[in-house]
Amino acid sequence: MEVSTILIQTMNGLQYGLLLFLIASGLTLIFGIMHIINLAHGALYMVGAYLVYWLTGLVGDLFLAILIGVPLAALLGVLIERFLIQALYRRDHLDQVLMTFGLIMVIDSLRSIIWGNDVHSVAIPELLSGSIQLTETLDYPVYRLFISAVCAVIALAMYLVLQRTRLGMLIRGGSSNREMVQCLGIDIRLIYTLVFAAGAALTAFAGMIAAPVSSVYPGMGNQILIIAFVVVVIGGLGSIRGAFLGALLVGLTATWGAVLVPQYAGMAVYVLMAVVLLFKPRGLFA
Amino acid sequence: MHNKNKMPCSFRSTFTASALALALSASMSSLALAAEPVKVGLLLPYTGTFAALGEATTNGMKLAIEQQGGNLGGRPVEYVVVDSEANPGKAVPNMQKLIAGSQVDVVVGPVHSGVGMGAVKVARETGVPLIIPNAGFNAATGPLCASNIFRTSFTSWQTAYPMGQVAADKGYKNIVTVAWRYGFGTESVEGFKEGFEQAGGTVSKEIYVPFPDVEFQSQLTEIAALKPDAVFVFFAGGGAAKFVQDYAAAGLQGKIPLLGSGFLTEGTLQAQGAAATGVLTTLHYADSLDTPQNNKFRADYRQKFGKEADIYAVQGYDSGLLLAQSLTKVSGNTQDRAAWNAAMADARIDSPRGAWSFSKAHNPVQNVYLREVRDGANVVVSTAATALADPARGCKL
Repeated sequence: MEVSTILIQTMNGLQYGLLLFLIASGLTLIFGIMHIINLAHGALYMVGAYLVYWLTGLVGDLFLAILIGVPLAALLGVLIERFLIQALYRRDHLDQVLMTFGLIMVIDSLRSIIWGNDVHSVAIPELLSGSIQLTETLDYPVYRLFISAVCAVIALAMYLVLQRTRLGMLIRGGSSNREMVQCLGIDIRLIYTLVFAAGAALTAFAGMIAAPVSSVYPGMGNQILIIAFVVVVIGGLGSIRGAFLGALLVGLTATWGAVLVPQYAGMAVYVLMAVVLLFKPRGLFA
Repeated sequence: MHNKNKMPCSFRSTFTASALALALSASMSSLALAAEPVKVGLLLPYTGTFAALGEATTNGMKLAIEQQGGNLGGRPVEYVVVDSEANPGKAVPNMQKLIAGSQVDVVVGPVHSGVGMGAVKVARETGVPLIIPNAGFNAATGPLCASNIFRTSFTSWQTAYPMGQVAADKGYKNIVTVAWRYGFGTESVEGFKEGFEQAGGTVSKEIYVPFPDVEFQSQLTEIAALKPDAVFVFFAGGGAAKFVQDYAAAGLQGKIPLLGSGFLTEGTLQAQGAAATGVLTTLHYADSLDTPQNNKFRADYRQKFGKEADIYAVQGYDSGLLLAQSLTKVSGNTQDRAAWNAAMADARIDSPRGAWSFSKAHNPVQNVYLREVRDGANVVVSTAATALADPARGCKL
């Protein structure tokens, strides 16, 4: 194998991993802080993709569509948290799983009614539609590099918000000791609503920014949900840092698995998960 | 004493009554046969990824039956609809719901080959006629073929084998294949490989992607490094839309020709846009087929349902024609299954895709067309194979 191929495949893996992080971060945030297992996370990813497909058609520009779409997704997150999830905080995980699983079906049916069952695509903005020639036969689309850069920036921003701001402190406090935060006179319910909305907005944003390269189709959220759970489990439930490292590991494993052991490519990331759990039963950073 | 006297009397009256009832019901049933509806069970996906396919199939079938006078062999039609959810795990219970529960006369379905496995199993056990309007797994008209199982669509082999000859005629010697690792994907690749190797070509590498993954960057990097004469792929739906776009974005479009089974560009062309230009595919139908039957069908479909017909609508339409034609021949008698099955096996369907009839294994003997994507449409270039029959390996009919 040539050196250039090795480098390109590694870049493919990192790029896939960064996108996975964006999806998994919302999932791990919601679980880590609210202790809610949100199976509808993948459905929200799909909602993001369909929203941006629909809005791009209306306003004609991808970035403007994302600018309008993200608040809409956050609003949807607020509504879901206020009217559905809030009833479940005192219930056990099975009830939450049932509720959010039902939500997948409801969201999917609504998607079918509103947008139909066809496959769609979203055009890459003119500015980023070029590609860089890497080898004689292979080009690399600039938009994919752009996605990676955006994901990296968001990861850094999340880290700074959680570690360096008062809001981040409250969120971390709420996750480790809910009663204590309440005793200090802080409205924990408001924080939960905020966190859920942020989680929904993050995954919907991932769906939006990935739409031009992933296509927009029914069921697109289901497969991404499974892989996002693998990332979260590897990284350690609730750890943003773990999700970041886990996402990169999964991205690289999936890519290199497909290159080196194509027969077992489908298994590669699950083997990785099993190995990690063998040595670190609670994940890398739990 | 008292009881003993009464017994024979009551026995006699019961006997007379039941004999009368029996005689009455016997004469009634022959009368009722004409008026009682034919129960057609539909096992199709109406939710999930394949919902659009289930809807098109149903529309096509209803259109055909309506055009044949709205009845089957002189009897009205009653549809019993079950959502298959394209879920193989529910295939057997759903079939039993239709056959044992609703007592349907015939089942039309399914779309998904995994569901097809379960449906075929139940059809073989119960003897209820099964008309498969899509699911292309080779086995249904291969090792698992049966006198009561009919397929109005295609086999995976049929849609890929002719591309082998096409590729060889284009002068390609060395081809790499990429497909999802599941039944439809591997069967298509095997069909293509058989055709291509018979014509003197070599498949230098078979790349498989776990189903239904849609992350293709590493495979595209590999193709770019291998630099084959052409690439043959099998993907459908969202995966097909994405692969073709990624292929173009990686700069491979125009450098390494892209070939595929026709499902690569069915229902996905709009999403693929300019990235699909120049893609060559083989399929037993093309929207642009310029025949009176196809033009009329497409116009009727558009008028009734307000949207364009696709391959799934055609296959549904042909299933409707098959039901109407065979039941007319047996005067609506669904009880004599042997006669009905024979009538179906003899059917000649004047389809929008071109006239076809059944092979011995009950799969269409049909033309397969070579299509090229030009200006966002599948344009028919030529007939890649005329009256092509699936080899039906393992079928003992």
